[in-house]
Amino acid sequence: MVNIKINGAEYQVPDDSTILQAARIAGIKIPTLCYLKDINEIGACRICVVEVKGARSLVASCVYPVNEGMEIFTNTPKVVESRRTTLELILSNHNISCLSCSRGGNCELHELCNEYGVDPHKFEGENPTPEIDYSAAHMYRDNSKCILCRRCVAACGVTQGIGVIGANERGFATQIASAFDMDLADTACVSCGQCITACPTGALSEKDDTAKVLEAIADPEKLVVVQAAPAVRASLGEAFGLPIGTNVEGKMIAALRRLGFDKVFDTNFSADLTIMEEAHEFLDRVQNGGTLPMITSCSPGWVRYCENYFPEFIPNLSTCKSPQQMFGAVVKTYYAKKQGRNPEDIVCVSVMPCTAKKFEIGRDDQNAGGVPDVDIAITTRELANLIKRAGIMFNELPDEQADSPLGGYSGAGVIFGATGGVMEAALRTAAWKLTGENNDAPVDFKEVRGVEGVKAATYEVGGKTVRVAVASGLANAKKLLKDVKAGNASYDFIEIMACPGGCVNGGGQIIQPASVRNFTDIRAERAKVLYGIDEKCEHRRSHENPDIQKLYKEFFGEPNSHKAHEVLHTSYKEQKLYR
Amino acid sequence: MNVIKTIDELNAVKAKYADVVGTRIEGKENGVRDVLVCGGTGCTSSGSMKIIDVLKEEIKKNGLEDKVNVIKTGCFGLCALGPIMIVYPEGTFYSKTEPEHIPEIVEQHLKNGQPVKKYLYAETVSGDEIKSLNETAFYANQHRVALRNCGVISPEHVEEYIARDGYQALYKCLTQLTPDDVIETILNSGLRGRGGAGFPTGKKWMLARNLVKDADQKYVCCNADEGDPGAFMDRSVLEGDPHTVIEAMAIAGYAIGANQGYIYVRAEYPIAVERLKIAISQAEEIGMLGDDIFGTGFSFRLGLRLGAGAFVCGEETALMTSIEGNRGEPRPRPPFPAVKGLFGKPTVLNNVETYANVCQIILNGADWFASMGTEKSKGTKVFALGGKIHNTGLVEVPMGTTLRTVIEDIGGGIPNGKKFKAAQTGGPSGGCIPAQHLDIPIDYDNLISIGSMMGSGGLIVMDEDNCMVDIAKFFLDFTVDESCGKCTPCRIGTKRMYEMLEKITKGNATMEDLDKLEKLCYYIKDNALCGLGQTAPNPVLSTMRYFRDEYEAHIKEKRCPAGVCKSLLNFTIDKDKCVGCGLCARNCPASAITRTDYVAPGKKLAAMAIDSQKCVKCGACMDNCKFNAISKG
Repeated sequence: MVNIKINGAEYQVPDDSTILQAARIAGIKIPTLCYLKDINEIGACRICVVEVKGARSLVASCVYPVNEGMEIFTNTPKVVESRRTTLELILSNHNISCLSCSRGGNCELHELCNEYGVDPHKFEGENPTPEIDYSAAHMYRDNSKCILCRRCVAACGVTQGIGVIGANERGFATQIASAFDMDLADTACVSCGQCITACPTGALSEKDDTAKVLEAIADPEKLVVVQAAPAVRASLGEAFGLPIGTNVEGKMIAALRRLGFDKVFDTNFSADLTIMEEAHEFLDRVQNGGTLPMITSCSPGWVRYCENYFPEFIPNLSTCKSPQQMFGAVVKTYYAKKQGRNPEDIVCVSVMPCTAKKFEIGRDDQNAGGVPDVDIAITTRELANLIKRAGIMFNELPDEQADSPLGGYSGAGVIFGATGGVMEAALRTAAWKLTGENNDAPVDFKEVRGVEGVKAATYEVGGKTVRVAVASGLANAKKLLKDVKAGNASYDFIEIMACPGGCVNGGGQIIQPASVRNFTDIRAERAKVLYGIDEKCEHRRSHENPDIQKLYKEFFGEPNSHKAHEVLHTSYKEQKLYR
Repeated sequence: MNVIKTIDELNAVKAKYADVVGTRIEGKENGVRDVLVCGGTGCTSSGSMKIIDVLKEEIKKNGLEDKVNVIKTGCFGLCALGPIMIVYPEGTFYSKTEPEHIPEIVEQHLKNGQPVKKYLYAETVSGDEIKSLNETAFYANQHRVALRNCGVISPEHVEEYIARDGYQALYKCLTQLTPDDVIETILNSGLRGRGGAGFPTGKKWMLARNLVKDADQKYVCCNADEGDPGAFMDRSVLEGDPHTVIEAMAIAGYAIGANQGYIYVRAEYPIAVERLKIAISQAEEIGMLGDDIFGTGFSFRLGLRLGAGAFVCGEETALMTSIEGNRGEPRPRPPFPAVKGLFGKPTVLNNVETYANVCQIILNGADWFASMGTEKSKGTKVFALGGKIHNTGLVEVPMGTTLRTVIEDIGGGIPNGKKFKAAQTGGPSGGCIPAQHLDIPIDYDNLISIGSMMGSGGLIVMDEDNCMVDIAKFFLDFTVDESCGKCTPCRIGTKRMYEMLEKITKGNATMEDLDKLEKLCYYIKDNALCGLGQTAPNPVLSTMRYFRDEYEAHIKEKRCPAGVCKSLLNFTIDKDKCVGCGLCARNCPASAITRTDYVAPGKKLAAMAIDSQKCVKCGACMDNCKFNAISKG
């Protein structure tokens, strides 16, 4: 511990603290824009400057370490005026269209401008409006609102190890873009959306598909069904002022119903279905000498990454469609038949914590009923906007339950939303199967839980040794795959999620400002919601889900049956990095 | 050459070539003439390679192959007079040499011993007397330490470097001094970083040696990314004496415990790059780089990395980021390079000129070096003289020399009888020094106290025809263009500063704008991430400090006192002086000049007049008028 003074008062803080962290300990929030803990500690925006006694100039508190006897001033006229000038300079090169901005009400720049009472027109001069890149399926980039904090660059390059965006040009002409200003769609972007949740302003946004949803609901000819992914219920409440880590499953279902969807189902159901197929596929590979390790395929960002960067692992990918796509496939086949409707007349909407899902619905080999499995994929954020726009008083809604027959789920289905969840769910069914369908087989596989980037465990089940690994965040995935490739590690089954922490921290979730993200592990808080639900579930293994049993009985017969393969499985192919 | 493992072997080479080089240094007569032709960038671009070709041809024609050596050297300093050629042992100095001059010079001088006066530098000739280069005012006031071998030896022959005590300092360090001794010597010498900031070199080495215990790797880097407009000190050292930098880096490696070094040199210096490549490979060949140098067990290797032209890569952290293969952008300090530098390892980074002093300090002792200069700035400093001055070129003077000596004595004063207005030092990070400070001794601290800085050594002289607002704008234009774009104050702030200066020079600014500009300057100084941004406002602040009246004239009177800012200029024709010849109108690119009805008394044709709305202020009319009838103001 070191002794320091902040604004005259004495504090003891850990040796390795930055001034920013030390001030937080003292109960002072120093504003930041570019700083993202661990991934973007670059001291670039200069909004966090403070005075340090003896220093030649102001220092950036986000990267400046404390030392014994340091005297820090966080609130002098000079500091405040400097921060205000920084904001005013940013605004002089900013497309100030806050009233119509996608991040209106949730913009870190806007909030600071309010706090510091800026004059938005203090500095006049060149303020270019670069062309917006709408090329990608899932998002767009509007650099007129970019403040060059580089948080997106760090999310893409450091967190995900991809780096398809970076700074082009220099000085005032600096722009964040792809190499050679290529369209994002022509790069190896995997659509994970981590850049969007890292962005403090409205420079990056998902493609807004809410209008399509409203149009579908308004069309009397269409049967509009909706599914919501497990992780959505762990984050949606944040948009309505509820604490991070609030389970809003019941209110979410109630809200979807009030939006006018004909049927409100649950992706948890198809997560169970995925496990039925995936666990059996795994057992089949183990027992019949298939390609191992088998790697999960639920995360479209990961699947794309594999096709882009590790095509040699394509044979290792489970052929199972993701839960979103399985759900759509079942709706357009089994459910359509059951309802006596043409698949063309059914609109399947999904609510996802994920932007890659927008990309996934347009992939090849994802149209079991002869039409796309899923028609519209919206993010948690878009759902929040729909709810607000519809005047639905979310926090006052009663808790409601999803419709049958595609709404019931087991605990195994709901934990899909957290890293390690798919692995644990699959292990539950596999262990049951390997122990001769013994209900006393283990249910909790706690070693694969938690936010750590790479986790590994070995289980002995039914006389078999199963070596598993779980990675979340593609930089972690890269590390794991390189180890496997080099023969440094050997596994039977690997779960990979594109986003760090899994879907709970997906690129489509409610955006928490850096001031929260830097001090709270939102991944862990949201994951607790899912494990909490799991614990209370009547059924904890996917195959115990009565709706699933009924589906197999009425439609698919057995897991991995011919019919199941037709509807629930897909294929992959190697992609060029740049097109 | 063979690998040199012992001091005897090194001394043998030294002895063998001592006479060769001695001809030039001490004017020893050995019956052989050395013709030194400058192969620096300045002379090369004015045609010195052609001179060498013709020289060799003519020497062959005259059968003088055994009597005359032609040596391509580095820069002599008087770049404006290139191509430069010096004949030893006399030391006669041919300037602005043309290939056509060569046959006469070879025939008359090299064959018959009679220098060709008409081709000599005029200042070296008075009547029958011919002075040697060293006796000219330009050289007599200089003291060459860093440049001691430039223009003396062939930079492409390590033997000549060895003849000038090359690699003796490295031997001394490896065999007689501990790393701590080396650091102490550098510390005691008072050597400070020549890149601009003036951090004590010995202290830098000490920190890199001691701060991180148990580092598995350390690095030594050389900053040869010289980028200040008009500065070419480092280029000249590298072109003229590359081995001195290599040797000093090995010494630094020994001192801090590093076995790998990198020279980061801008790719726009092709001659320096080429000579460095040759020098590194020669040093490797003779075992001055590589494993087990002088059989002491010390190993040191050097890599060359080329910069792609970004000014900011001269900033130490940006330079290291660039060597690592990333976009050259500065990173926050701390951690300082001595703790976490290149590839995250403890690193020493010094500028070329700093290294160029090291071997001399080791050989001659800290006291020798500390005897030169001022109390806090020891040794000498190389300046690149430019602008409105007679002797454009490279000079090295002891610290503490006055600006007046440099400009008036060495530089030969200001041409065309114009009046001195200011000297700009420190490039885009420095400031303008007005006439009232001409007698201040130049050193790090004095320059800072008068609002400028040493910088890497660019020295641009300005006369009464320079507009100080325009000068500030010029440097800001440079900074805006060269800002990396990482931090807000520099990226947007300097752009806004430039726009405000533009507003002033266009006559559209108010006094409130001036106030705003000044505040913005101080904000950027306090808030920018790196040295480039923090010092970017200096040219504006220093001109505001000493030439505020010029700013106010632009703002209040809409007038540019020096007659530079085009928007504020008005060209007018004195209708009584105008003879109506129409030459101005024919040369006007904007068709802004037409004939009036007025015929001045005694003139035959009607006078011309300029439509100021159409005028583009190019000055073509004024240049073409033979009757002085056109004025600007």
